[in-house]
Amino acid sequence: MRHILSLLMENEAGALSRISGLFSARGFNIESLTVAPTEDATVSRMTLVTTGSDQIVEQITKQLNKLVDIIKVVDLNESSHIERELMLIKVHAKDVGREEIKRLVDIFRGRIIDVTDSAYTIEMTGTGSKLDAFIGAMDRSLILEVVRTGVSGIARGDKSIKA
Amino acid sequence: MSESREILRGAEIFCRALADEGVQHIFGYPGGAVLHIYDALFKQTAVNHILVRHEQGAAHAADGYARATGKPGVVLVTSGPGVTNALTGIATAYMDSIPLVVFTGQVSSNLIGNDAFQEVDTVGITRPCVKHNFLIKDVRDIALTIKKAFYIATTGRPGPVVVDIPKDITAASCEYDYPKTIDMRSYRPVTKGHPGQIKKAVKLLLGAKRPMIYTGGGVILSNANVELTRFTRALGFPITNTLMGLGGFPGTDPQFVGMLGMHGTYEANMAMHQCDVLIAIGARFDDRVTGDLQKFCPHASIMQIDIDPASISKNVRVDLPIVGDVKSVLQEMIAVIEAGEEKPDAEALKAWWEQIRTWAGINCLGYNRKSEVIKPQYVVEKVWELTGGKAYVTSDVGQHQMWVAQFYKFDEPRRWINSGGLGTMGFGLPAAIGVQVALPNEQVVCFSGDASLVMCIQELSTCLQHGLPLKIVTLNNRYMGMVRQWQEMFYSKRYSHSYLEALPDFVRLAESFGHVGMRVEKTADVEQALKDAFAMKDRLVLMDFVTDPTENVYPMIAAGKAHNEMHLSNNRELA
Repeated sequence: MRHILSLLMENEAGALSRISGLFSARGFNIESLTVAPTEDATVSRMTLVTTGSDQIVEQITKQLNKLVDIIKVVDLNESSHIERELMLIKVHAKDVGREEIKRLVDIFRGRIIDVTDSAYTIEMTGTGSKLDAFIGAMDRSLILEVVRTGVSGIARGDKSIKA
Repeated sequence: MSESREILRGAEIFCRALADEGVQHIFGYPGGAVLHIYDALFKQTAVNHILVRHEQGAAHAADGYARATGKPGVVLVTSGPGVTNALTGIATAYMDSIPLVVFTGQVSSNLIGNDAFQEVDTVGITRPCVKHNFLIKDVRDIALTIKKAFYIATTGRPGPVVVDIPKDITAASCEYDYPKTIDMRSYRPVTKGHPGQIKKAVKLLLGAKRPMIYTGGGVILSNANVELTRFTRALGFPITNTLMGLGGFPGTDPQFVGMLGMHGTYEANMAMHQCDVLIAIGARFDDRVTGDLQKFCPHASIMQIDIDPASISKNVRVDLPIVGDVKSVLQEMIAVIEAGEEKPDAEALKAWWEQIRTWAGINCLGYNRKSEVIKPQYVVEKVWELTGGKAYVTSDVGQHQMWVAQFYKFDEPRRWINSGGLGTMGFGLPAAIGVQVALPNEQVVCFSGDASLVMCIQELSTCLQHGLPLKIVTLNNRYMGMVRQWQEMFYSKRYSHSYLEALPDFVRLAESFGHVGMRVEKTADVEQALKDAFAMKDRLVLMDFVTDPTENVYPMIAAGKAHNEMHLSNNRELA
């Protein structure tokens, strides 16, 4: 099963390599991983998407907690949560195709953020599956480049994860 | 008004911080990146430096020191090859949760990343085999980082911590202030067990018909042998120890059924297989202990006490976990048992003990005592007798290690010092150095084999320099015995590269290092030779016992088999 883990960690050099090293050494999966400092510059927050049986995800959570730089680990799957991913996608857009792409971007609530004679650069946020759906809806031969950030997640409601 | 503090150089801060941390001995080897530190060490007396002959030896010696005393072992090595040589020792300590603080020199800050002379990415290369590591980037961070390193290494589940210090940082200066206490928001190990879980565990134990206590190195690390003994005696249950747990409960006590696992006793493994309630205390369900996980304790409700939450249910799903320090949890459990009315089921226990005695009756550790060719087991038994079971015993890795575990009955903790998790050949001699440095008045015996001993043989020189009167008992069978045993059993006797065709003359080798060497070839001579050796109180004696090359370690559970599928000897098999 797919789990979204939220991690608070000391914003120290090398902290990221401890986490990626742990996953490779113990044979755990990383589907995506995204990290940046929080409002407190000494703390970074990471969202890590992984897959595995309940037992494996429990072991992942424990092993992460054991790392000295990690302050907190929360499995967002344990409660209702929101996940979002940002995608930048550059597509070939010429002649009649330009209108068609514009309509598709609107349907998916994306935005065209850069335009040339022959290309659009589109910004889109949403769940991973929405971004997949947009890519699926595009004519593959028109796609020039895709950049995705990986998932960021947060719990719904008043609950917050604090250092 | 603020107190004015001394301005010191980084190298001096390093020495002062060690002294303030209470460090008496460090094990090291100098080199370019640590020369400022070695200069500062020269000018002080608080910290005694033991010069080894290879950085692997430094790490193992500090490890032996830590295992024997419970205090953290401290290592100082230079950058590059100093670090890579020490790595085996760091990984050895990591696998057995031994508190080490390893200081490594690094090239100057401005050279890091330039492929400078003797540069390696120490933090990167050590990361998978340390509890934590640091690269110091500012002289003002030295004192705090050292404080953190000792705190992390010695608390929670202990382990090695590496502190990498660039050369320029040791030359820079700042005010010295060693923190008295420390609090890290990201590191707060739990030590007290959950009272509700403890009550439930006691209830489950008292209801058991065929209980089993299985304890590991966590009991030794937590100094919980007294509590474990009280707990086990109060319940009257059978107890088995892992290789790392030997000495946590008296090995000569009638409730002790021997070691378990691959080379455990028949009675211990059968009792594991048949028990209905199992309590694991400071043990991590290693594959050499469990064998086939699908068939592990198939009838039992399993409880586990461990300070490391990640150890719980890692290999074997546990029904009742208790996270906490073994010593504290056992104290709580004893209090609950003593306060309650309920007693263990005496009738069920009687029947269970009868069954266990029947298993023990096959005498699974039997060997030919009439043999003229020296049996390795006999040598171990004689050493046990002559040292009154009180020696500090280190070992290398292989057959001799298993025979010591089976035949030297440890009644006290911290006497049995071996590389259990990583299985590092070459560990025994340098580890014995660390033990003898820590405990100059104790008898230290290193059991080794003809293959293991030469892996760190250069440390004989360290022993001479520092006057360490170790007794080295080499069980010389002219083979890598354990490799040969597996080749005999599982590879149709194709002894591929396991015979040591060109062994040194160990007697002359010992003599050339300035020590005493002895060669013993007959069973009848063993006892007198040992007596002669132990009588030489101030000399290192290397005893080369020429043993039966065909002897194998039994009983044995082949890798991946279950506890009830043991080989008892070449021609005895029980399934």
